[in-house]
Amino acid sequence: MESLSQLLLFLVVFTDFAVLGSSRLSACIRAVALQGLLLGLLPPVLFGWASLHVLALAAGTILVKAIVLPAFLRWAIREASVRREVEPLVGYLPSLLLGVVALAASFAIANVLPIRGGHSDLLIPAALVTVIIGLIVLITRAKALTQVVGYLMLENGIYLFGLTQLLRVPFLVEVGVLLDVFVGVFIMGIVVFHINREFDSISAANLTELRE
Amino acid sequence: MITAAVAASQTGAEAPWSALGSLGLVVLVAPLIPGVATKTRALLTGRRGPPVWQLYADLRKLLRKGAVYSVTTTWAFRLAALAAVATTLLAATIVPLDGRGALVSFTGDAVAFAYLLGLGRFLLVLGALDTGSSFEGMGTSREVSFASLIEPGLFVALVTLGVASQHLSLTGMFGAELWRHWPIVAPSVILVAVSLFVLMLAECARVPVDDPATHLELTMIHEVMVLDHSGPDLAFILYANALKMGVFAALMLDLVVPRVGLADWASAAILVAAMIASGAAVGLVESSMARLRMPKVPLFIAGGTALGLFGLILLLQ
Repeated sequence: MESLSQLLLFLVVFTDFAVLGSSRLSACIRAVALQGLLLGLLPPVLFGWASLHVLALAAGTILVKAIVLPAFLRWAIREASVRREVEPLVGYLPSLLLGVVALAASFAIANVLPIRGGHSDLLIPAALVTVIIGLIVLITRAKALTQVVGYLMLENGIYLFGLTQLLRVPFLVEVGVLLDVFVGVFIMGIVVFHINREFDSISAANLTELRE
Repeated sequence: MITAAVAASQTGAEAPWSALGSLGLVVLVAPLIPGVATKTRALLTGRRGPPVWQLYADLRKLLRKGAVYSVTTTWAFRLAALAAVATTLLAATIVPLDGRGALVSFTGDAVAFAYLLGLGRFLLVLGALDTGSSFEGMGTSREVSFASLIEPGLFVALVTLGVASQHLSLTGMFGAELWRHWPIVAPSVILVAVSLFVLMLAECARVPVDDPATHLELTMIHEVMVLDHSGPDLAFILYANALKMGVFAALMLDLVVPRVGLADWASAAILVAAMIASGAAVGLVESSMARLRMPKVPLFIAGGTALGLFGLILLLQ
């Protein structure tokens, strides 16, 4: 079980880097969908298949993060007809290097933090790096849809962090968080779609120029 | 102080023979690797493709021909092809091809390995510039700019293995010593193996970095440099490239399959299988993705380097 959870967390980190390094939006969405699937598989692997709480969380996560949200994002890029990130504020190569720095930093921070990952010592570093890379994507990419992907990764990182406390947090809270994310991404997608329809562009840089 | 020592210390007296045998095997089988890659690519795209021993036939043909030298070239041009083979062969002697120990090993030979590859490339570049052709100048500029990215990647991989195995020689990093530490450092070592595969694609000028099949000026990188070489010189260059792939295949094999306790014949059979498998893997990559645009290549190589860095971070945590 230890090595399987280790492998899943490795793959989560790889999907982070895949999002960081790819310019195609569909590739980003595919990576974040895969990440959702991995996150869904993690609780049963870490805490065993026995409890209903764990299974429900796994099923809910996979349903929302690996199926519904990616499908919705795909719909959004089709409707807004954006295929790729054109000019990120920070290039792909520097952002990949930033990602490696983030990885090193999160391992360093995880060593200092008083919480332990409980079941896997890779859990907290993976959570931190997912949060940081999510932030990097959120800040440095120009297209609103990529920023949504970044937001989703940020939330995935928080979810990973939450896994350390899984058995102490009531199920309802987790479902609430999942619902929040779902609604958040949904609203962002709709907003992006409408902005695109009104202004023919979803570059976030143009949003600062909106005037009455 | 470099003390060249035949790596017989840990594995008994027959070790040099098994190292020598593996070297001979790699020298003989290496031209099969590009052939297997081309064949895999052809089969996956629904063509019959040239036979896997095509490179042997090409080499035989080229070796029987005479070489044509431009009057503007000097000894630097004539040296290039020989140097390419010689440096790659020398690099192969310090790699533990049999999975136990290399023919020659000394402290810090990992650096020698990286710079023997670098020296071969440097002399090849000199030879290309010696022709005085602006086209070759362009090719060398591309080749060198990518090589300057491959080298850090190689060093990250070597440093990671050095930390993992607590050794500074390739024999320690890839040979028997690594397997004593392997259970603890396995994730890092596997990451390095993947990183080495990416570096091999770049170093040996394969798709997605360069396309060995193309002769279109705009896209050529490695091919540009060797455009003026003919006959035996071209054969040497082609052979050096194949040999480099063989060496990288052996390096990757050493990281994932233990061959310490195996009989010599089994170890040799695994080595041949690994070379063929790496050829097939290269062919699989070539048929599944297109050559990257030139500005994208640094990202690809940096991705490979990032894998090695990830391995290093895991070790140092």
